[in-house]
Amino acid sequence: MPTATALLITAQRDLLLAMRRKSDVLVSLFFFVIVVSLFPLGIGPEPLLLKKIAPGVLMVAALLSTLLGLPRMFAADYADGTLEQLALSPLPFGLLVSGKILAHWLVCGLPLVLLAPVLGLQFGLDGESLPMLMLALLIATPLLSLIGSIGAALTLGVRGGGALLALLILPLYVPTLIFASGAVEAQMVGMSTSGYLSLLAAMLALAVFFAPWATSAALKIALE
Amino acid sequence: MLDVTNLFCQRGERVLFANVSFSLATGGCLHVRGSNGSGKTSLLRLLVGLAPLENNETGNAPAAIHWRGRSLRDSAMREELIYLGHHAAVNGDLTALENLQFANAQDGVPLASRDALAALQRMGLGGREDLPVRVLSAGQRRRVLLARLLTKRAALWVLDEAFTALDVAAVKLLGELLDEHLSAGGLAVLTSHQALPVVNVQVLEL
Repeated sequence: MPTATALLITAQRDLLLAMRRKSDVLVSLFFFVIVVSLFPLGIGPEPLLLKKIAPGVLMVAALLSTLLGLPRMFAADYADGTLEQLALSPLPFGLLVSGKILAHWLVCGLPLVLLAPVLGLQFGLDGESLPMLMLALLIATPLLSLIGSIGAALTLGVRGGGALLALLILPLYVPTLIFASGAVEAQMVGMSTSGYLSLLAAMLALAVFFAPWATSAALKIALE
Repeated sequence: MLDVTNLFCQRGERVLFANVSFSLATGGCLHVRGSNGSGKTSLLRLLVGLAPLENNETGNAPAAIHWRGRSLRDSAMREELIYLGHHAAVNGDLTALENLQFANAQDGVPLASRDALAALQRMGLGGREDLPVRVLSAGQRRRVLLARLLTKRAALWVLDEAFTALDVAAVKLLGELLDEHLSAGGLAVLTSHQALPVVNVQVLEL
């Protein structure tokens, strides 16, 4: 059996589980929508200010809503023993873990990319900034899932792991936050965005390679 | 032939067991016994590779687990090994059929639903294969897990507390499965507080 199917096995299962527990998925989506909508309500109708803070607010909200789904990535499988069985599988553990990260992104990251332009309208973003916002999120959200998976694995089985996870992971999200909102801001003032996007894409390329490896190592430690 | 030499396990300051060695010939069954907390589960986890091998500092030969002349830690050997632990390892939101099919896919042997249904039928879960596992009883959940013994053709069975939560019929069924497996030349290592319904058992007291 080709090894790439290892990735699909866990991804398919986690997507099926997400379908069965829709509320978990919807909670983090609504969280994103509500957090983003609170800012225009709180700040009031000041178009220039809203437009200026839009990229940052959207990115921070995306980051927090990704964080909401992270503790679930491995917790259930750890508790019911499925993770043990995955670790004993003859298929590469790293790929099985990558499948779970992929599913997390499809469920918690991709919907944010699709929702972002609608929310961007509330901040008065123009027709050119909205596609850039989507593009920046499209590169940033998988990065958030990948980096987050390391934290989720490290805090597995720790009491109060959720809060610890946030403390551990949020600082690591800073570069993603800076470059993703930087790209949108640059687009808004008519500067070149390629530098920001290249850096984001480079980080994504690195994370795709190293994050599953680090995550599997952390999971193996948690299983001992 | 499974050869295990000098297993050692320490938890904190406490040495759970040291110098545990045994060998199992083809068709052999090892019953690991001991009181609660004596390290039975730790021994099985060491055996299958969920915990790293540790060495005793007394200058004995290093800990090693060899089977068919290779280390049991080789990932290729995992195709021949099945470990069923304390946990039911089934997801409550998936049906019995989905759980079994996922377990097999992850073992690298995709399973047709016909074969999966047959295995569940044999485990006495006929008619319940499409229910989410969370509505099943603890014993039925164990049966879903045990169905993997039928679908994964592994030569070495490592079962932790295999008889827990099972009713009389299921205990008998598992005994039959073990008998079939052993007489076909398979190996089994298991922990249980009951006497095993199998003949020719080697006992390891911890």
